Parts: sequence; structure tokens; C-alpha cells
Amino acid sequence: MVDIVLIGINHKTAPVELRECLAFAAEEAEEALRRLVGDPAVREALLYSTCNRVELLMAAENRDGALAAGRGLLAARNRLSPELLEGSLYIHENDDAVRHLFRVASSLDSLVVGEPQILGQIKEAYRQALRAKSSGVILNRLMHRAFFVAKRVRTETGIGGHAVSVSYAAVELGRKIFGDLAGKRVLLIGAGEMAELAVEHLLRQKVAEILVANRTYEHGLELARRFQGRALRFEDLPAALTEADIILSSTGAPGFILTRDQIRPVLRHRRNRPLFFIDIAVPRDIDPEINRLENAYVYDIDDLQGVVEENRQDRMKEAVKGERLIDEAVVRFRQWREGLEVVPTIVALHRKLEAIGEQELRRTAQSRRWAEGDVEAARRMLAAFINKVLHEPTVFLKRQGHRTDQTVSVDFVRKLFHLDE
Amino acid sequence: MEEILIAAIFLYLLSAAAYLVYFLLQRPLLPRAGLAALIGAFLLHTAYLAAAGIRLGHFPAANLRETLFCAAWAVAGAFLYVQGRYGVKVLGLYAAPLVAGVLIAGALLPGPPAQTTALFQSLWLMAHVTAVFLGEAAFALACGVGVLYLLQEKAIKTKKTRYVFRRLPSLELLDNAGYGCIVVGFALMTLGLITGLVYARAVWGRFWTWDPKEVWSGVCWLYYAALLHGRLRSGWRGRRSAWFAIAGFGILLFTFLGVNLLWEGHHRAFTR
Repeated sequence: MVDIVLIGINHKTAPVELRECLAFAAEEAEEALRRLVGDPAVREALLYSTCNRVELLMAAENRDGALAAGRGLLAARNRLSPELLEGSLYIHENDDAVRHLFRVASSLDSLVVGEPQILGQIKEAYRQALRAKSSGVILNRLMHRAFFVAKRVRTETGIGGHAVSVSYAAVELGRKIFGDLAGKRVLLIGAGEMAELAVEHLLRQKVAEILVANRTYEHGLELARRFQGRALRFEDLPAALTEADIILSSTGAPGFILTRDQIRPVLRHRRNRPLFFIDIAVPRDIDPEINRLENAYVYDIDDLQGVVEENRQDRMKEAVKGERLIDEAVVRFRQWREGLEVVPTIVALHRKLEAIGEQELRRTAQSRRWAEGDVEAARRMLAAFINKVLHEPTVFLKRQGHRTDQTVSVDFVRKLFHLDE
Repeated sequence: MEEILIAAIFLYLLSAAAYLVYFLLQRPLLPRAGLAALIGAFLLHTAYLAAAGIRLGHFPAANLRETLFCAAWAVAGAFLYVQGRYGVKVLGLYAAPLVAGVLIAGALLPGPPAQTTALFQSLWLMAHVTAVFLGEAAFALACGVGVLYLLQEKAIKTKKTRYVFRRLPSLELLDNAGYGCIVVGFALMTLGLITGLVYARAVWGRFWTWDPKEVWSGVCWLYYAALLHGRLRSGWRGRRSAWFAIAGFGILLFTFLGVNLLWEGHHRAFTR
């Protein structure tokens, strides 16, 4: 039977310095795949290279030969020292390789479990392999199963649900307060990496406008230009509060810059349209007492981190459900692979024809009221007929026993007679 | 006849169960199943009321049993409207058990044969009763939406984002839906009062007779008018508006049932 082997490195086994050395650009990958399938030990191959992993998946005629070829391919990149590579490399075979691929595609093996990009990256890798003509019967089937199970894990478990980053958690909260964020105004006070990231998330939700208030007006202007927003002088902050719906604060100020007494009249002025304060600053900028005002909501950095931590734990719980779906898929794939053997296929073919023959025989015998002896004779006739019909196909499949495209023929026969399921 | 009613009750209960399991497990197909069951139940319910109306030759709201059947029907209809308009699926968790409960309560009551009087056959009266029932149903839903709003608001304020937070829609949507219910309810209630007044004039020769039901209906009308005024004039919304809607439904329930049980009056006959 053809072996499925997978070798690679990922974020858990190798530092970024090593991963970046191994990364493949698209054209390089296609070239590498063509070279690999030129090796007689390797029948099919596929390679994916993302910022967190480089993995090579092969259907191997000869397991050791394929592994040597794969190792050679990786080590040849940037002339890495073999010891360094060897320490980070993992190898999975057959069921383990299949399970690993399914877990990667379903984002259970990702740095951020449930992140959605990986499936797209693997689909792209599969397209590459198709272009390089390095994917055949086995990997085609395997990849389609991987896409299927990944989709299933995503829809049937909650691994992709709920924010696991502070900036995205802020967006999710905003959605629960405002419903749609489109058309809402965001006021950014101060600056900072996390705050700016949150603004970018909000922009993607099509918020109407970004207002930027910075102690240094020039700096504010620069930020406003970046977000295509409007810069304000710090003194104009109170007026801006009536306009804004979401206030993101991230200044270096030592005390609160917005207090409860300041916000109370603002809310009245806004006719109680809700205000959402996101305070990313340490020490805090927004008086937490504001949260006690009606229609005002304050989340500080600890609150947001608490939300993220809970969501992360929930994803882990959902991931366990995902593992169960994957176990099931691994078993089914093994069954399919075993079916690719010649003998079980011939047996299945016989059974299928016999079942059809028996059904038709019974129908005719019933409507014509045949005697038991006649039925028996007809059954013998049918068995002989089936044996004769299947003689040539059997010889054909068996003769191909040692040829490389045997699996192709077997797979074709199975599809032609619908022998799987 | 009774089979239709039992089938409708069964479907309402099924719908309630689907919404409950949806709330707990969050499977996307369940609210659709719940809605389908509720629509089926509503159609049966409608058929039942129509048949009763034809058989009796008047609007079937002449005793407490029939009145409850009509009230449940109105709530189910109002829920379908709100569902179509705002898509607050989780509201089914409130509406379906409420409808089922009211219907079961009605079914358990004896239905004494009502003495058919000419009183029941006027078109004005039909309009009056229909508008009042639908308006009250809209207020009942406003109360349910208000409860959901308060739950979600509490979750956000107390930073518990794990359970209720994920299961309920946004505050904005709940606030809008609640407001929508109040507006529709108020419009129908106004219509109900006007037709009622006209009918009273036709039957008793006077628009207003200080009947306790009339007085309390007037109180309700003024209460909701105040709520709408507060919203339009001073931006009462969110929490305050939700509490108002819940308290309002309390007053309404009293007007609907309590008044008839405590005082005599010309609405007395309908809940006998």
C-alpha cells in the first residue's frame, strides 16, 4: 500500500529564524514539487509554507526514499546545518499524517486556534500542486477530505467564534451595543499600537469617521491622515464627545482625562444615544464610574483581556469537539485507502453485481410465479454470468498489480461502479 | 373542533421547546423549526377562531375562555410581525410559551354558552375588539423585549460576556424593537379606544360612562402616551424605556383581567 508521509516544522518546534529560512515562495514551491515527483520514491507531493509552518506531504512508493528526498529538499534551502533542521523536524506517517493535515486545515494546530486564514493557505498550496501536476488520486482525495472536515469543524464547533484579541474583542462589544457599527463615529484619544489596531478593525466595520485628539496636534494630524479621519485640538475634546459613539483612549496621562461629571451632561445632550468607552491606557484615562451612567459603557484593558481569556478557554473546549470530528474523518479516509487495494475491490464488485442480480431475480420470480427449482436454476445461471463478465476486469486489475497507476485504475473502477458507500 | 385547538396548543409547545433548546445550545436550525411550528400553530388557531365565530354568529370573545383564545392569537400574530420586522429570534423564548400558556389556561376554563345579544354583531365592535387585542399583544411583546434588553444591558455593564451576552442580540436592536412594539401598540390602542367610544355612543347614547374598564384603559393610554412623549422629547431610551414597557404591561394586565374581576361594568360580560 502507498504510504502517506508528512515532514515539516512549525511554530512549536522551530523559531522564526529557522522558519523564515525554510519558507517557499509560490514559484519555488512548484519547482520543488516537480523535482520531488521526479524521484521514483515519491508518487505525489504537496507543500505548504506559511509564516508559522513549512510542511511537505507526500504519497510515497517507498517510505524511506521519500523521507530522504523530503529532508534533502528542506535542507537544501539556504544550506541549513542538518543538525539544526533535524532537531526541529517532525515526521508523521499514514493515519498520523492524515490527522495532522486535518488538524492543520481545521486550524486546531494554529498558534491562534480557530484562526480562519490557514484553510485558504492550504487551498492555495493544493492549487500549486495541481499546477505542478504533483497531486494524484491519493492527495486529491485527501485534500478534498481535509477541506470538507475543516469546514465541518468550523460550522459545527465554536472554534472560530468570539474574539481572541483585545482589539477584536472591543469590536465585538461595540457590535453588541450598537448593532451595526456602520455609520458610527470613533474618537481616538492619544495613540498606541493596540489602539491603532482597534481603529483599523473598526474601519473595516465601515464606521463613518475617525476623530483623532492628541496632545501634540501635529501627531494627531498625522494619525488622522493615516485613517482618513479628522484631527482635533485636545481642548476641543468635550465638544467631540457629543459627536462620537465609540471613544478609544490610550494616552500617557497620569490621571483620568474623562470623568463621570463631564460625561453626564454629554449623554443628556446626545439624547441618551449610547457611548462606548474603550480604555486601553495604563494608568487608566476613563473614570470607571462612567460605567454606572445609563447608556454609557466602559471597558478598560483588564476587562478586555478578561473577555479574551474567557473566549480563548471556550475555543479550547470547542477544539476538543473538533478533534472528535477529525478522528472520524481519519478512520473514513483509512477505509477508502484500504479500498484501493485490488482484492477488496474485486470482492466488492462481485458483491455489488450479485446483489443486483438477486434483486432482479426475486422480482421476476415473484411476478411469474416460478417454482423453487426454477429459481435455483436461474440463480446458478446468474452466478456463472457474473463470473464470466467479471473475468476480464479482474485479470486487468491484477495484471496492473505492479504498475504505478494501479491505484488510478482501482479508483476508477470504484467510481464507475459506485463501490464506496 | 377541539382537535384543532389541541393540535395548535401542541405546535405552540413544540415551538416553545425549539426556542428553549436554541437558547441553550445555539443550533442555527432550531429557531427556524420554532418559527415554522409557530406559524403552523397560528394558522390552526386562526382557523379555530374563524370557525367559532361563524358557528356563534359573532366575534368569539364573549366569555373569559374565548377572550383568552383571542388574546393568545393576537400575541402570536404580533410576534410573527415583530419577527419579520426585527428578526429578534430569541423573543420566541418569551412569546411561544406565553401564547401556549394563555391558550392552555383558556382551554381549561369552562365555556358557558354566551347569550348572544345584538351587542356583538356590530362592525364597530369587531374593530374595537380586534384593535384592542392586537394593541395589547404588541405591548406584551414590548415587555418581553424590555426584559431581554435589561438582561443584555446587565451582561455588558457587569462585563459578563460569556452567556447571555452571546445569546441575545444587540442593545440597539432590542431598543428599536421595543420602541416599534410600543408605537404599533399605541396606534392600535388609540384606534381601539376611538371605535369603542363610537360604539358606546351608538349603544348607550354616551361616549364615556366612567365604567372602570374605560377608566383604566384611559390610564393605560395616557401611560404609553407619556412613554412615547418621553422618548421623542427627552430621548428616553434603553434601560428606562425597557422598565417603562415592563411596568406598562403590568398595568395593562390589570386592566385586562383585574378590572373585570374587581368591579362590575359593561365589560364584565366578556370575562364571565
